[in-house]
Amino acid sequence: MTEPARETLLTIEGLTKAYPGVVANDDVSFAIGRGEVHALLGENGAGKSTLVKMIYGLVRPDAGRMALRGAPFAPPQPSAARAAGVAMVFQHFSLFEALSVAENVALGMEQAPKPRDLAARIARVSEDYGLPLDPYRLVGDLSAGERQRVEIIRCLLQDPRLLIMDEPTSVLTPQEVAILFDTLRKLAAEGTAILYISHKLEEIRALCDAATILRRGKVVATCNPREQTARDLAEMMVGTTLATPSRAEATPGAAVLDIAGLSVTPANPFGTALRDITLTLRAGEVLGIGGVAGNGQDELLAALSGEARTEPGAIRLKGKPVGDAGPNARRALGLLCAPEERLGHAAAPDMTLIENATLTATIRKGLLSGGFVRWPAARRFAEEIITAFDVRTPGPEVAARALSGGNLQKFVIGREVLQAPEVLVVNQPTWGVDAAAAAAIRQAILDLAAEGAAVIVISQDLDEIMEVADRFAALNAGRLSAPVPTQGLTLERIGLMLGGAHGMHEADLDEAHRHSHPEGAA
Amino acid sequence: MIGSIDPVLLVASLMIASTPILLAAIGEMVAEKAGVLNLGVEGMMIVGAICGFIAAVNTGSPMAGFLGGALAGAAMAALFALLTQVFQSNQVATGLALTLFGLGLSSLIGQGYNGIRPPATARLDLGPLSDIPVLGRMLFSHDWMVYASLGLVAAVWAFLRFTRAGLILRAVGESHDAAHALGYRVVRIRVLALMFGGACAGLGGAYLSLVRVPQWTEGMTAGAGWIALAIVVFASWKAGRVLLGAYLFGGVTVLQLNLQAAGVAIPVQYLSMAPYLITILVLVVISADRSRVALNAPAMLGRNFHASR
Amino acid sequence: MIRLERRPTPSRFWTGATPVLAVIATMIAGGLLFAALGKNPAEAIRTIFWDPLFGQFASYSRPQLLVKAAPLILIAVGLSFGFRAGIWNIGAEGQYIIGAICGAAVALAFYPMDAVIVFPLMVLAGAAGGLAWAMIPAVLKIRFNTSEILVSLMLVYVAGHILSAMAFGALRNPEGMGFPGSRNLQQYPAAHNAELIANSGLHWGTVTAFLAVIAAYVLMQRHILGFQIRVAGEAPRAARFAGVNPARLTAICLGTSGALAGLAGLFEVAGPSGQITPDFASGYGFTAIIVAFLGRLNPLGILAAGLLMALTYIGGELAQLTLALPAAAIQAFQGMLLFFLLAFDMLSNFRIRIGRPEGAQ
Repeated sequence: MTEPARETLLTIEGLTKAYPGVVANDDVSFAIGRGEVHALLGENGAGKSTLVKMIYGLVRPDAGRMALRGAPFAPPQPSAARAAGVAMVFQHFSLFEALSVAENVALGMEQAPKPRDLAARIARVSEDYGLPLDPYRLVGDLSAGERQRVEIIRCLLQDPRLLIMDEPTSVLTPQEVAILFDTLRKLAAEGTAILYISHKLEEIRALCDAATILRRGKVVATCNPREQTARDLAEMMVGTTLATPSRAEATPGAAVLDIAGLSVTPANPFGTALRDITLTLRAGEVLGIGGVAGNGQDELLAALSGEARTEPGAIRLKGKPVGDAGPNARRALGLLCAPEERLGHAAAPDMTLIENATLTATIRKGLLSGGFVRWPAARRFAEEIITAFDVRTPGPEVAARALSGGNLQKFVIGREVLQAPEVLVVNQPTWGVDAAAAAAIRQAILDLAAEGAAVIVISQDLDEIMEVADRFAALNAGRLSAPVPTQGLTLERIGLMLGGAHGMHEADLDEAHRHSHPEGAA
Repeated sequence: MIGSIDPVLLVASLMIASTPILLAAIGEMVAEKAGVLNLGVEGMMIVGAICGFIAAVNTGSPMAGFLGGALAGAAMAALFALLTQVFQSNQVATGLALTLFGLGLSSLIGQGYNGIRPPATARLDLGPLSDIPVLGRMLFSHDWMVYASLGLVAAVWAFLRFTRAGLILRAVGESHDAAHALGYRVVRIRVLALMFGGACAGLGGAYLSLVRVPQWTEGMTAGAGWIALAIVVFASWKAGRVLLGAYLFGGVTVLQLNLQAAGVAIPVQYLSMAPYLITILVLVVISADRSRVALNAPAMLGRNFHASR
Repeated sequence: MIRLERRPTPSRFWTGATPVLAVIATMIAGGLLFAALGKNPAEAIRTIFWDPLFGQFASYSRPQLLVKAAPLILIAVGLSFGFRAGIWNIGAEGQYIIGAICGAAVALAFYPMDAVIVFPLMVLAGAAGGLAWAMIPAVLKIRFNTSEILVSLMLVYVAGHILSAMAFGALRNPEGMGFPGSRNLQQYPAAHNAELIANSGLHWGTVTAFLAVIAAYVLMQRHILGFQIRVAGEAPRAARFAGVNPARLTAICLGTSGALAGLAGLFEVAGPSGQITPDFASGYGFTAIIVAFLGRLNPLGILAAGLLMALTYIGGELAQLTLALPAAAIQAFQGMLLFFLLAFDMLSNFRIRIGRPEGAQ
């Protein structure tokens, strides 16, 4: 042991929680010490979320005990957990866009101080911890990283003993991650314990003192992540060796998609304007567009799918100007898209899979005859998708909302892939999807490119982009960087292309840089 | 001809004409700020009108009338709340149902109350203020409900702006999921907001039958509830603007009535149309500025909340 | 405690059973209402629901069923397209009135000429009038994003005043001895919307209503427009993704419902009603909203619901005569029906669960 023994803050013994059909947590036990940064590691569906919800009082365990500073701890609801000194920053923020930072913080507190005092406290605490915030700004105007700061400040103002963070870095640029880690280290040094949930191994090895690894609801290991390699941790997490998708050597063909000077003002006042986007896409290549959420991904997809109209010449498909064409005109020419939001955008939740197949495939699959829908043909197409992409469902008559996230995503991507597009644009192809389905989707994208189609993958997951893309471009505040080959690209270079952190002062940028390079390398 | 219209009388009657709509609109604004669209304002107003009338006539006290009107409106709103918040019914359809039912119910209850005069509502004695020439008669010689309605607008404004409860209500209207995640009881808050809106609408209806007309006639609201809904949109969900909108509409109504009486050479029906056409115009002007609407309209307006945690 | 849990797929059984449940519940609640008014509830229910079909004067009241149902069904079918798409045409009453005025104006312009062309022109005028009146909220929504609910409703009041102006002024019968109201079109054979089969209640309006039901059924089930309407109502973002043009959809839905409402007004003024009078408008435009929902926004359901609603009208009139039941009671009754329908509707999308609230995984 390299550190002195810590006083134990939270012990968990035999915690179990079962839902119909699945045991989310099975006899989970571990302990967190005062001032310790403890990682909770596991794949999607391993049971991490359920476990922390029990600690935070959102869910009641079926069996097991918890003890906080020696006393029994069983919060019936979150306010009890907060009163005991447990605070949580969720993956999906509970923020109100049209209200100010101060109002948002006040809403998250039990006993909010007077508005003026609160504003002063927010300004002070946020500066102290390196997360500067203007209390009077509207949350809707903040970037994702800044919004996370609001959530963190909300927690810090309650002087927590244990701070739980659920997948915090999914919305941060590498520089913002460095700042966050500094904040967390400072908190830990002051005696606050941190329970850090993630599946990002390098981050955990950089930050955490201890790690508990969950797989299928059970604890499979407790270790010190600094003494393990990333590969060991990954294998403990997944249990088997993951198959990395196979990719044939890409020889890009002729240019199929030309975007020149694309600029779009968003319909929604809290949206991101696209500024002067330029890129050329060739047949057979996969272009990865990276960037944290809120930098224009949705707006870019809308401009490409035809939901947002622009200058005709701004987007050319095989030479034809399509910037002002609607979605179906583009489909006829071979440009297909798959949006991020599965339920409500890519698919209608209450409609059957047959009807959802009809949503986009009428043109390329000839599902219309004189304006009338050929339902038998639509059913056949839906069944084709279900079979080809291994969508687990009792049948095509089921409503889309009855499918699990991974299965619906397979259906939605499969629907576009089986229409033989010339250009396919997908936004966040594997978010919230289990590992097996994600691998299948990524392989489908690679196969499509191998057959000569051009693919754009917009994703927050940089690992995913490195896996499937030939070239990489970064989307930052509505601007696209010039694409570079993914071969030989480093994480740091990507971070710089992503534009660094938002709303930071120059000095902080230098500070962040120095922290990630303590040896003083430029 | 037009010179025969007395401006002092015009402004004075403007305040009285605007009060029912002001009450209904400010109540609906609170409900909409919490994220619920209640199209049943017309139904709540008319039920408030008849119930208030009956209460006042049978007890001889106008105060009982106002109370009765408010309670009746709140009861109707509770019905709406039950259907939309608990039974998850479509808000537009339910609001319409409330209006249709309210119109029918009020006609039914009001059988036999036609042509009766209700007890008079007291004028507020503002002493020397009402003796001021011109302004005194215009502004300071009204019944107390007029001033109460102005006070209510100020109270709602202060409530939403400065109190914690007001902040929570606004939060629920902005994102009911986030509010729920933070532990606030979304359904309870919405039910209370709806009942407040119903009470205000009922009060406005009672004012119509007890002071403005003052009499009971079937269908006497003549679309006032719908106008109130339009005023909330016109006001961009801000209390001060609701006051402006209500008084503007009241002004148009009173003006066209005066023009009719003054024998202006326009057929009566076309003058009567004017308030409705002006409402449409005003709506168009406000809605055309899409970003303003998007910024001010509560984001959850009209969306049902179902706790799926 | 009792909780509502969302069903993964909407329940077919409950979707069909809800209207039946609602009718039964309304009968019970209505019975209580009638008892409170001092009438025998069983007798009142029988008078309203049974007698018009099988009672003493049934041979007179049965044809009246079709006469009353025709405009309700015609208007409700038009409304159902919009409602399904989330486009709320609340002003059908106004479109009905304007359609009637336009049609009657054409007829009176031709009076007393006896030509085959008169009636078809009237029909066109009625449809066009209703269409134009509905296009006002449509255009305002498309261009300015103004709420079609409020605009179409304001226009109902405007239309009402126009009706009054016409009845007292432009369309007034010169031989009417100073009374307001136009000539009676029932006495102008070329314009009269007569019964096609004597004493059957079947006039051109009824035929059109049936045709509309069939056309709507085919459209919603088979045609791409019907599909687009459904998607637009259920998932607007998915509809835009699928290429549905919201402006076009708004125009089609509002225009169609306006034209059908205008047609209903025309058939009514040229037939059962006969003339333009200040109280020509009897609230069909609003009752049709109830019919549309009662029929689950489905053409066949609307057919049944329209007949049922007509039954309550006829039965209500009968009860007025024989039991001195106030007319307003029927209006309240109809409103209650919609309430119960909306309440029970929950059953098709949610399951009732009794137990402790549990967090999701």
